[in-house]
Amino acid sequence: MSTKNIMIVGVGGQGTLLASRILGNAVISQGYDVKVSEVHGMSQRGGSVVTYVKYGEQVYSPIIGKGEADIILAFETLEAYRALPFLKEGGKLIMNIQQMDPMPVITGAAQYPADVVEKLSAKASVTALDALSLAKEAGNPKAVNVVLIGLMARNTDIPYDVWVDTLKATVPPKFLDVNLKAFDLGYNRG
Amino acid sequence: MAKKLLIGNAAVAQGAWEAGVRLVSSYPGTPSTEITEAMVQYEDVYVEWAPNEKVACEVAIGGAIGGGRAMTCCKHVGLNVMADPVFTASYTGVNGGLVIAVADDPGMHSSQNEQDSRHYARAAKLCMLEPANSQECKDYTKLAFDLSEQFDVPVLLRLSTRVSHSQSLVEMEGRTEVELKPYEKNIGKYVMMPANAIRRHVVVEDRQRKLREYAETCDLNTVEDNGSSIGVITAGISYMYAKEALGNRVNYLKLGMAYPLPEKKIRDFVKGLDKVYVVEELDPFIEEHCKVMGIDVTGKEAFTLLGEYTPDMIKKAVFNEDAAAFAAVEEQIPVRPPVMCAGCPHRGTFYVLKKLGLTVSGDIGCYTLGAVAPLQSVDTTICMGASVSAALGMAKVRGQEFNKKLVSVIGDSTFIHSGITGLIDIVYNKGANTVIILDNSITGMTGHQDNPTTGKTIRGEATKQVDLEKLCYAIGVEHVVIADPFDVKNFEKVVKEEVERDEPSVIIAQRPCALLKTVKYTGRCVINDKCRNCKMCMKLGCPAISVKENKVVIDRNQCNGCGLCVNVCPFGAIEKEA
Ligand SMILES: Cc1ncc(C[n+]2csc(CCOP(=O)(O)OP(=O)(O)O)c2C)c(N)n1
Ligand code: SF4
Ligand code: SF4
Repeated sequence: MSTKNIMIVGVGGQGTLLASRILGNAVISQGYDVKVSEVHGMSQRGGSVVTYVKYGEQVYSPIIGKGEADIILAFETLEAYRALPFLKEGGKLIMNIQQMDPMPVITGAAQYPADVVEKLSAKASVTALDALSLAKEAGNPKAVNVVLIGLMARNTDIPYDVWVDTLKATVPPKFLDVNLKAFDLGYNRG
Repeated sequence: MAKKLLIGNAAVAQGAWEAGVRLVSSYPGTPSTEITEAMVQYEDVYVEWAPNEKVACEVAIGGAIGGGRAMTCCKHVGLNVMADPVFTASYTGVNGGLVIAVADDPGMHSSQNEQDSRHYARAAKLCMLEPANSQECKDYTKLAFDLSEQFDVPVLLRLSTRVSHSQSLVEMEGRTEVELKPYEKNIGKYVMMPANAIRRHVVVEDRQRKLREYAETCDLNTVEDNGSSIGVITAGISYMYAKEALGNRVNYLKLGMAYPLPEKKIRDFVKGLDKVYVVEELDPFIEEHCKVMGIDVTGKEAFTLLGEYTPDMIKKAVFNEDAAAFAAVEEQIPVRPPVMCAGCPHRGTFYVLKKLGLTVSGDIGCYTLGAVAPLQSVDTTICMGASVSAALGMAKVRGQEFNKKLVSVIGDSTFIHSGITGLIDIVYNKGANTVIILDNSITGMTGHQDNPTTGKTIRGEATKQVDLEKLCYAIGVEHVVIADPFDVKNFEKVVKEEVERDEPSVIIAQRPCALLKTVKYTGRCVINDKCRNCKMCMKLGCPAISVKENKVVIDRNQCNGCGLCVNVCPFGAIEKEA
């Protein structure tokens, strides 16, 4: 099979790193070669963060170029918009409708673009959901990332059980119930 | 054998453990930090955070001379700080193997410059290996220890952000216990005074000759002949980019040994080729080596000296092929630069410094973000420690009137790293600077490492804690004030008083980092109907406070309830709500 490219974007502190790790581990259990790029350091302080997960028979470069992502998983609306050029023709954009103002918007130097979901839908196949509400429904607003993983999982060829096993192996036991619930809430919207 | 998905840094740690490493001493620095953090899982290894890279390297050198395998890890600029011991350890050589892992940061994801650490290998006459993925990180680390002992040389392991922070599969193996080598006194080898060093320099040059021979024959430097008339000489992550971009359409010479570079192997590789490219991020290190040999290669004419490479740019340069088509965004999208967290203790300090209109000699840490709008308080940032010493220089050329409007800001970890020597200079040379130590009880920027001021070791064990206040008094500072930066009224008063002095003074701005587990702010800050929309609170640059439809609002999801804005509002319009 040709390499699958998944790009995860969000704001530092939203848990994109954990999402890419869970995805990476789900993928290896299927026997694929995989590369996952992570972001540490400065940009984690509330900046734009981008991680890449690539899997297939053999993966060389850990990064994804413009027009190459099969799936973009966006934790925040503006970041989804920023990532659009990376989406492959026919690729899927899966996004959280949460909006977080970046500092230039807060200081009034720039404006948060309006109607982003509509604009994106005109150019790509978009699935948008309110992951924060679903995470709260699952019992913990911090489970936003797992809701989104659930939604993305539905769009891959990796079976449901593999995801559940991977969650069990990556998430601390005391948060497992909440996370499984959050995963299902996302998965069932997919 | 079990395979595991590991970032390059964790694979380096695994490799060191498998190679029987006994001691690891480092100072944190992105993108190298996780190597040392990962060492904590191995109970049979002594691991520590040192106060700075020079100390870390010397501890590792001592461990190696003492007969154990030892390692130190740093970011590229960390190698500048440890350069002094490194250059002379090249002369003494080792006893137990010594590995220095250094992570470059092309693209400056988290750095103040983009230097290429390969120059150090040549300048200090060492050996340097360069892995391209996590498996190689592990394998090369193990080999580095062997080479270090075989050639009696400290071995550099060159990483880069994408290698250090990309996960790929690694075969996990067990630890090989390496016997502690006997320690024997050897003045001629380990005491580097001129008479001995003169003799050791001869040994060094002979060793480098042997390493050059090794570079010709070792299987670190591999040729991939795809029957093409185009050749690509490359190394590290650039190999991965090239391979993805060009596939089997070119021949490759992948140089796993970054220094010394082979000569014959390169000459053999280019024989019969029509065109040879050198693909390497940052400086033309391999390229210049080839050109000195008189080999015609294309390097920086086709590729940039700046930032990271991508497969797309390599494809374009070599085959003039365009990248995939993509959908463009038609409007200007606001950038999202990093900002201090909601609840960051540094915000109170910069709010006051900005309000007082002071010149701020800055340093490196989370508080460098005090240079970002709307605070924009920081004037300079050079390197760790420079906030203190550069402010002395400024004050000496501009005089005491200027100095009364000048402060240095420096984090607790950075102060211990190299701020203290600058402060001693101020005291000794009769300066009158005011230094603000931003004591947030942690090394924040690099992901929350303990340091000598936190009272805990890397393994979380309780230990002696440096008392910053007593330390400042001990070196001769007579005015030391501890103040809470969130009590903005008092903090402002303290700063005003201290900058006025004609003697050195230190303000310890004490409040822990908001992300520490021990910090538990409860409730949320909310705006009540007393708000007059004066926008004073907007000056804090808190990510939770913004203007929506011309009214100031606080986003509950982002607010962490620190209460700084409550103290800043002149009308009592912000309250803490349970
Ligand atoms: C020579 C050198 N080593 C390491 C680093 C990486 N680094 C940047 S800031 C920093 C320490 C920050 O800690 P602290 O001074 O306590 O400030 P905080 O981030 O907690 O506010 C480190 C280790 C560097 N930039 N230069
Ligand atoms: S990590 Fe801590 S010190 Fe750094 S910006 Fe966040 S709150 Fe401030
Ligand atoms: S400082 Fe107080 S009065 Fe002024 S805008 Fe903020 S909340 Fe309203």
